[in-house]
Amino acid sequence: MKRFAEKDCAITGVGMSEVSRGSAKSALELTVDACLEAIADAGLKRGEIDGIATWPGERADGSGFSPVGSAALQDALRLEVNWYAGGGEAPGQYGAVFNAIGAIAAGLCRHVLVFRTMYEATARKTAFANALIRAGERQAGPFAWYAPYHTYAAALQQALFFNLYVHKSGIRPEQVGQIAINQRRNAGLNPRAIYRTAITIEDYLASPVIATPLRLYDCDVPIDGAAAIVVSRLDGARDLRNPPIRIEAIGSSMEYRNSWTQLDALDTQAQPRVAEMMWSRTQLTTADVDIAQLYDGFSFHTLNWLENFGFCERYGAKDFIEGGKRIALDGELPVNTGGGALSAGRLHAYGAVHEACTQLWGKAGARQVAGDPKVCATSTAGGPLAGCMLLVRG
Amino acid sequence: MTDVRPPPRALPVVDKDSRTFWTSGRDGILAIHRCKQCAYYVHPPVPFCPRCESREVAPEAVSGRGTVVTFTVNHKQWVPGLPVPYVLALVAIAEQDDVRLVTNITDCDPGEVGFGMAVEVWFEPVEELWVPLFRPVRGS
Repeated sequence: MKRFAEKDCAITGVGMSEVSRGSAKSALELTVDACLEAIADAGLKRGEIDGIATWPGERADGSGFSPVGSAALQDALRLEVNWYAGGGEAPGQYGAVFNAIGAIAAGLCRHVLVFRTMYEATARKTAFANALIRAGERQAGPFAWYAPYHTYAAALQQALFFNLYVHKSGIRPEQVGQIAINQRRNAGLNPRAIYRTAITIEDYLASPVIATPLRLYDCDVPIDGAAAIVVSRLDGARDLRNPPIRIEAIGSSMEYRNSWTQLDALDTQAQPRVAEMMWSRTQLTTADVDIAQLYDGFSFHTLNWLENFGFCERYGAKDFIEGGKRIALDGELPVNTGGGALSAGRLHAYGAVHEACTQLWGKAGARQVAGDPKVCATSTAGGPLAGCMLLVRG
Repeated sequence: MTDVRPPPRALPVVDKDSRTFWTSGRDGILAIHRCKQCAYYVHPPVPFCPRCESREVAPEAVSGRGTVVTFTVNHKQWVPGLPVPYVLALVAIAEQDDVRLVTNITDCDPGEVGFGMAVEVWFEPVEELWVPLFRPVRGS
């Protein structure tokens, strides 16, 4: 069988700062907290880190979307590296992990520190800040086409895709609500989660509509926080502190029009072929997956990924999640076991990979999935952004 | 309570490729780049045809008719003075269904907007640009 580069890479340590709705610490200090924890968790010393990767790199725009880039982190920790990268043009939020795999495969690095920092809770207290429209400025980039049409936030833009999904799938609000309800239930068992009080379907249906079909509880929670992982060469990972979590397969393709308006598959976004790529690089199948940490910037992304990974058929997510039993901690496919971005905070899929490793190492405490889970599928999303990984312990 | 004026439409950075799209409304025309060799419409505008590789691609008037591919009814007042609800939509032009324009659907109740609805363009001048908007095609 052809050898794929990701199979020679493993996650060896994870770290997470405090996650809050407004931190007393700076964004850089939160990043340092997460990174030092990840390095120590791997059983490494600072001097052994020889690469840095982050997504989407520093954006000094006051939005809190990505206030810390690889340069600031490198200098704060005085790391000496062979390679580093930070940038937003990548196959989704896991683009930084895929870059790390490339650097390791190229022989540039043995231990790459990968991190993601967000400071959106504080940013939104001091000014109205969002990623799509900046007051008083002409808009450039992919969202320039949206600029004149009062597209103030990702929720509005993404609602275009989700409304088409509702139209095609026939999913009902009381079915969609199972995603938010399940994650809030899981968050109740996660001491680091932001919102931990259970919600009912009545609460979900009563929550304000933001932009059809999105309700408030379908949207993730802006936070201040940082998450970090160490991606190591597998042959250097065996003797470290944790059992290595191998990167069994990745999906990083972009075979659609790379556009937020002309994307070929508007309702499924860029996920289907990304998932196909991942499955083409492993002999494992959906039947081997023990848990799933699926992107949940909005609950509909999670629904999309249930279908696009093949856990259910196209437009079958509504039946798969009916009643919420299958996706619960004790269900056949526990989903977003730590509460996800909807309840534990928006770390943009890096909270998800942190939770994946925590579960696979059996360290999830009260929310630990029973049966010694070994295989986790995890994913990122957002219009043309999509990437996924299959993680396997041992 | 004092009146808060509705927020102005934010505007895009305009370049040599997109200028005609954002200004041809002055003449009541919706202009989309089109390949002179194979007649394929190319949007967003770039002087290259991805179908036949011709470089002879330039703005051309289209009918201004289209259909709603997808839409959302926005209810949240994101900024002070923003009138809600309103409809954000992607409209495919009648000439080619893979040319989709972002727009607001105007001149109707948001509840009237549906998938596949027939719409027609009109233009709102904002600073030096003419922003294409769409409204339902009413029976004559």
